[in-house]
Amino acid sequence: MTLFGDFYFFIWAALLLIPAVILGLAEKPIKYYGALVTAVFIYMAMSSSPQAIVNLVIYCLYQLILVNAYIVVNRRKPRNGLLYWLFIVLSILPLGVWKVSAFVTGHGIFAFLGLSYLTFKSVQVIIEIYDGLIEEIKPFDFLYFLTFFPCLSSGPIDRSRRFSGDLNGRLSRAEYIDLLGNGLFKIVLGMVYKFALAAGFYQAITWLGSGSHMINQVIYMYSYGLYLFFDFAGYSLMAVGTSYILGIKSPDNFNKPFIATDMKDFWDRWHMSLSYWFRDFIFSRFMMKAIKGKWFKNKLTGASIGFIINMGVMGVWHGLDIYYIIYGLYHGVLLAITEIYQKKSKFHKKHKKERWYKFISWGITFNLAMFGFFIFSGRFTQLLGLNG
Amino acid sequence: MEEKILDMLEELCGDSIVREDTDINLLEEDLIDSLDYTELLVSIEEEFGIVMSPSEFTRDQMDTPAKIIAQVKARMN
Repeated sequence: MTLFGDFYFFIWAALLLIPAVILGLAEKPIKYYGALVTAVFIYMAMSSSPQAIVNLVIYCLYQLILVNAYIVVNRRKPRNGLLYWLFIVLSILPLGVWKVSAFVTGHGIFAFLGLSYLTFKSVQVIIEIYDGLIEEIKPFDFLYFLTFFPCLSSGPIDRSRRFSGDLNGRLSRAEYIDLLGNGLFKIVLGMVYKFALAAGFYQAITWLGSGSHMINQVIYMYSYGLYLFFDFAGYSLMAVGTSYILGIKSPDNFNKPFIATDMKDFWDRWHMSLSYWFRDFIFSRFMMKAIKGKWFKNKLTGASIGFIINMGVMGVWHGLDIYYIIYGLYHGVLLAITEIYQKKSKFHKKHKKERWYKFISWGITFNLAMFGFFIFSGRFTQLLGLNG
Repeated sequence: MEEKILDMLEELCGDSIVREDTDINLLEEDLIDSLDYTELLVSIEEEFGIVMSPSEFTRDQMDTPAKIIAQVKARMN
């Protein structure tokens, strides 16, 4: 069974979520039943690979020990930089082992469904312990936060304090009905996105995008970009909708990315839970250190380097393949150029509110984003003969 | 303290409107971006000795001058 991917999943989801709805309507906590449903779905999704289930359990216990140890350590030596980095490295270690071994040998050590996304959640907790925002870890809440099945395989990436708030908060019957209605709507819309629209664009990729002619490449680029959007946005809608039924308001992942009028706007709309994670935990922190330490004479130089590092790390997170790294750097450079242009250009400042200017900006942004997906797909580096 | 925060915002946004209308939405009006927000957090730390973390608040908890002032006040007490 594939989560949000096949018929059996939806049959099981429809059945297993009924008791959650009854609990929600009765204003009773859903969390314990929700955890049970999560365990059932993880078992069904991973039953073909018992090793993966073992790895997931080891990962969760490892992270649980790590965050608890760091709470004790940080209490004794608050905001110690060296210890902080040590725990960050330990937290990322399982992902690192998997990514590097998968890249080198072709089959990774310590793989399981969702490892990449779980790492964001684990690292967030470590960083917020350092910041003094998290002072205690409830094992049940932490483990449920990590494994919460709607968001297990590909996000959206929630934040632990927000998740715990929903988990332990109380919704009135009217509030739950409202959430349930929104959740069901998102699930239906997500199904249309993923199973009708994404599937349609996939056909376009297969039938019209596979030749070696220039026109095939162009068709491939646009249809792949649109396929990627409807597939991922569709999955995300279903994941968020299912969360709602379980009383958890998981964050949205997409907000009409193709109406963006510049690249900064695009990343405010595309895979938002990821880009906000990078903004809050990498970009902002790098910039704060840079500003405090006066690392750069020019503010824009600092910002440009910040954007390139931020998006470069994002690229590497996708994988160590050359096209993911180029994809990250491409977006980093585009964001840097956007920042410099918008701060420096008198032409921009004069016309930015005008309709024609917005229209042209939109056209450029749309095509730059599509070219980004072309890189992401691996096809661009294949054409250049870089894929090895 | 309020005055100092308004000074910081006025400099960051390059617009005195933040002083006139403290309920203006800084994000919707395109007055502040992620980079400015980061600078604001550094200025608050250097001025008042309060460490505010970039992930501490959601953006809608810090999107008007009045809300920012209120959050800093809450931390000072």
